[in-house]
Amino acid sequence: MRVFVSFVAGSTFGLGLLISGMTDTTKVQGWLDVFGNWDPTLAFVMGGAIIPMAIAWAYTVGRKPVLADAFPTPPEPKVGRNLVLGSTLFGMGWGLAGLCPGPAIASLGYGGIGGVIFLLAMVAGMVVTPGLRRRLDPSAVAV
Amino acid sequence: MPMDWILGLVGGVIIGTAAAIYLLVNGRIMGASGIIGGLVDGSGRSDWAERAAFLVGLLVVPGVAAFAVGGSETHLTSNWAVIIAAGLLVGVGTRLANGCTSGHGVCGISRLSLRGIVSTAFYIGAGGLTVVLFKHLLGVI
Repeated sequence: MRVFVSFVAGSTFGLGLLISGMTDTTKVQGWLDVFGNWDPTLAFVMGGAIIPMAIAWAYTVGRKPVLADAFPTPPEPKVGRNLVLGSTLFGMGWGLAGLCPGPAIASLGYGGIGGVIFLLAMVAGMVVTPGLRRRLDPSAVAV
Repeated sequence: MPMDWILGLVGGVIIGTAAAIYLLVNGRIMGASGIIGGLVDGSGRSDWAERAAFLVGLLVVPGVAAFAVGGSETHLTSNWAVIIAAGLLVGVGTRLANGCTSGHGVCGISRLSLRGIVSTAFYIGAGGLTVVLFKHLLGVI
C-alpha cells in the first residue's frame, strides 16, 4: 500500500510540475534572471505548493501518519558547511541548465537526449557524493 | 503572461498536495533528490520499492500527459558541456545539502525549517548569480 501511495504522490508531483511549467527551463532561468526579462512564475508555483504543505504540517501535530509509525522529526536546526556549500553548488547547476531533480525526471519523456545526459550526469554526481562528504567532513554521518 | 502565473499557482497547489499525501500517509518528506539519491547510492535499499514507484509515477504521468496535449518543450540548452556540468553540480549539491527545491523548498519552508530557508536562499542566490555571469557576462547560456 505504501508503494502504491508513493506512486500516486510521484504521479501527482509530476503532473503539477508539468502544469506549472517547471519542466520548461526558460521559466526557471527566467525567474533567476533578475537583470533580464524576469519571469515571476516560479514564485507562484512555490507559493502554491507551500499552502497545502503548511496545512499538512499543522495537521501532523499530535497525530500519526496513516501508514507509518511517526512523522519525520523536525530537522536539527543546524546550518552547517555541507548545507551551505551543497545548496550553492546546486544553485549553480540549477541556473546553468534550469533543471532540478524533480523536473529532470518528469521531463525525461519529452526532454530529448539533452534531458537524458543531464540525468546521467546528475546521478553520477549523486553516486560520488557520499565519498566526497566523508572527505569534506570526516565526522559527518552519510545520511 | 498572467495565464502562466495562474497555471503556476494551480500546478504549485498540485505539487504541494502530492507532498502532503506523501507526508500524511507515508510519513515521509517528498524530496526528489533524496528519493533518487537513496536509490542510486544504495543508502535507501530498505524502501527501494517505494522510491522506485514514486519515480515511475513522476516519469510516466507527465510524459503521457505532455504527449496527450501534443507535446511539451523543455528548451534545454543543446550545449552538452553545460548540461553535463549542470547535472554534476545538481547531483553533488543536492546530496551534500540533503535536499533540493522540493525537500528544502516546498517541504522545509512550509514547516519554517531554518535549514530549508537557508538552503533555499543559497540555491536561489547562487542560481541568480550563475545566470547573470553565464548569460549576461559570458554569453554561454
